[in-house]
Amino acid sequence: MRKIVFALAATLAVTAVTSALAEDKYKACFIYVGSKTDGGWTQAHEVGREYAQEKLGDKVETVALENVPEGPDAERAIERFARSGCGIIFTTSFGFMDPTLAVAAKFPDVKFEHATGYKTAPNVTTYNSRFYEGRYIIGQIAGKMSKTGVAGYIASFPIPEVVMGINGFLHGARSVNPDFKLKVVWVNSWFDAGKEADAAKALIDQGVDIITQHTDSTGPMQVAEERGIKAFGQAFDQIKAGPTAQLTAIEDTWGPYYEKQIQAAMDGTWQGGQSSWDGLKDGILSMAPYTNMPDDVKAMAEATEAAIIDGSLHPFTGPINKQDGSVWLKEGETADDGTLLGMNFYIEGVDDKLPQ
Amino acid sequence: MDIAQNILLTIMTAATPLLIAAIGELVVERSGVLNLGVEGMMVIGAVCGFAATILTGSPWLGMLAAIAAGAVASLLFGVLTLSLAANQVATGLSLTLLGLGLSGMIGESFVGSAGIKLASLDIPVLSDIPLIGRLIFGQDPIFYLSLILTGGVAWFLFRTRAGLTLRAIGDNHASAHALGINVLKIRYLAVMFGGACAGLAGAHLSLVYTPQWVENMTAGRGWIALALVVFASWRPWRVLGGAYLFGAVSIGQLHAQALGFGIPSQFLSALPYVATIVVLVIISRDRRLTLMNTPASLGQPFVPDR
Repeated sequence: MRKIVFALAATLAVTAVTSALAEDKYKACFIYVGSKTDGGWTQAHEVGREYAQEKLGDKVETVALENVPEGPDAERAIERFARSGCGIIFTTSFGFMDPTLAVAAKFPDVKFEHATGYKTAPNVTTYNSRFYEGRYIIGQIAGKMSKTGVAGYIASFPIPEVVMGINGFLHGARSVNPDFKLKVVWVNSWFDAGKEADAAKALIDQGVDIITQHTDSTGPMQVAEERGIKAFGQAFDQIKAGPTAQLTAIEDTWGPYYEKQIQAAMDGTWQGGQSSWDGLKDGILSMAPYTNMPDDVKAMAEATEAAIIDGSLHPFTGPINKQDGSVWLKEGETADDGTLLGMNFYIEGVDDKLPQ
Repeated sequence: MDIAQNILLTIMTAATPLLIAAIGELVVERSGVLNLGVEGMMVIGAVCGFAATILTGSPWLGMLAAIAAGAVASLLFGVLTLSLAANQVATGLSLTLLGLGLSGMIGESFVGSAGIKLASLDIPVLSDIPLIGRLIFGQDPIFYLSLILTGGVAWFLFRTRAGLTLRAIGDNHASAHALGINVLKIRYLAVMFGGACAGLAGAHLSLVYTPQWVENMTAGRGWIALALVVFASWRPWRVLGGAYLFGAVSIGQLHAQALGFGIPSQFLSALPYVATIVVLVIISRDRRLTLMNTPASLGQPFVPDR
């Protein structure tokens, strides 16, 4: 009996010490939809977490939970984090929106940050990246580089984010080649290297000579390399998969944002109910080196990037017509954020019917 | 005309991993064992094949490593379900979960590495024949292997005494045992053959289809292979037909989208599954023949001393 009491006491003491140690640090937690090494979306968040951890050093402890499916399971995972002493929780996928809000309502003292969503609460802030700025630039490059004047777009799911990307790309391409055409193939998956590669092959067989994607694997890049055409990387620099194919890549760089928000949470200056939508100028998005293109195209891309950063160019500036030919933006008019975030229509020139 | 050849090549590439994994599972099920771990063994094969290729620089060694890895994974399943008579369904499902997790761990340091493709055959003159040159003489080695496997398995199962024995075990293990056949030994061999095939199918994904490693890269192909076996009513040539049909509709729907017919993409994405099921159900509509082909001991554990 004495032994048991002693063992219990020792365990309690150890627990007390470890939790006391843990409480010295501020705890920032991350929920990922995919694996940390997916080479795309989730890895970009993981790199961001590592960046914040390194910058903030010993003051903060960051923890990540990967492969959390969207839906009811997510709510359990987020709640577990909230109970385990996390001061701020980042939920990094669109599908975590409602679970985040549900848990946030139960834990008013915990701070929540949800990526790419549109619902906030007093202790929930959303953050997103203006990916369309990058899409516009790669569209312009495609417009210059394509000989056939047709590009192929491998798309995941018909949500506003993806539709906005397609429109941004085509509008960029049409700004340098007004007759530019775009073929869209939906693979109905975020991540299936084989299927994405098949889609790339199908598009190339039908005469496109540039492909771009809103899916997460490097499958299409490899096909582009093999077939000798050009392509753009997605979320991550994919130059290794396409040394002679990649023109540039839209890279997600969440690190500085994470550092800033965790710091604010520790300082007590963090604010809930905000929606942050940053772009190239804030560094949350960046372009991988412009490669495999002539100097004039590179110069054009750099100029466009600079113009977007200094605010003199908004990618969605009229005149832009909708797919059916009706006017969306008049000459000189720019799109407002609300329309962009809820985008459910194609602009003129997309050779596809938007799945509803 | 090059387009037609390209499309056919794409279809064959898409069908090959399904065919190989399904042929392996067909032999396993014919011996009366249901291994639902195809997806897991396939993904282990994919990662081991890729890792071995990077480490040795030879995709051929990678392919062998994938086959070995698949067989080892299936051996684990064999020990649990055959020697220890554990529930096959539960063990198979666990093997899939284990495979997905383990492969992620093994592959962590290989994510983003540039893969080496298993070179396609290239015979001067013959490979350049228009229309059919590359289809017949210019494909990857695993493609030829898949056809040899299908033919070999069909011959083995229905034309050899050993094949008859294997089928007998699958139909009634107690009788086979009474006849003095070593049921567990043959089932072990069948299970390992299935694992080796699944590993090879995985190697096709990471060495031919998309020469790279990404977590969960099988993306459900193991499950499609499992379904093909059942819908093909355990007949090798029907499995081949099913795999090619699935491949053809999968690729066809992508082309239909790129052409911009305006058919909803969600419907097109579901089409390969629907078409394959419908066709295979029609072929096997004769209930009597289907029952005759179904291994009667499928999924039942066998303990010799009972």
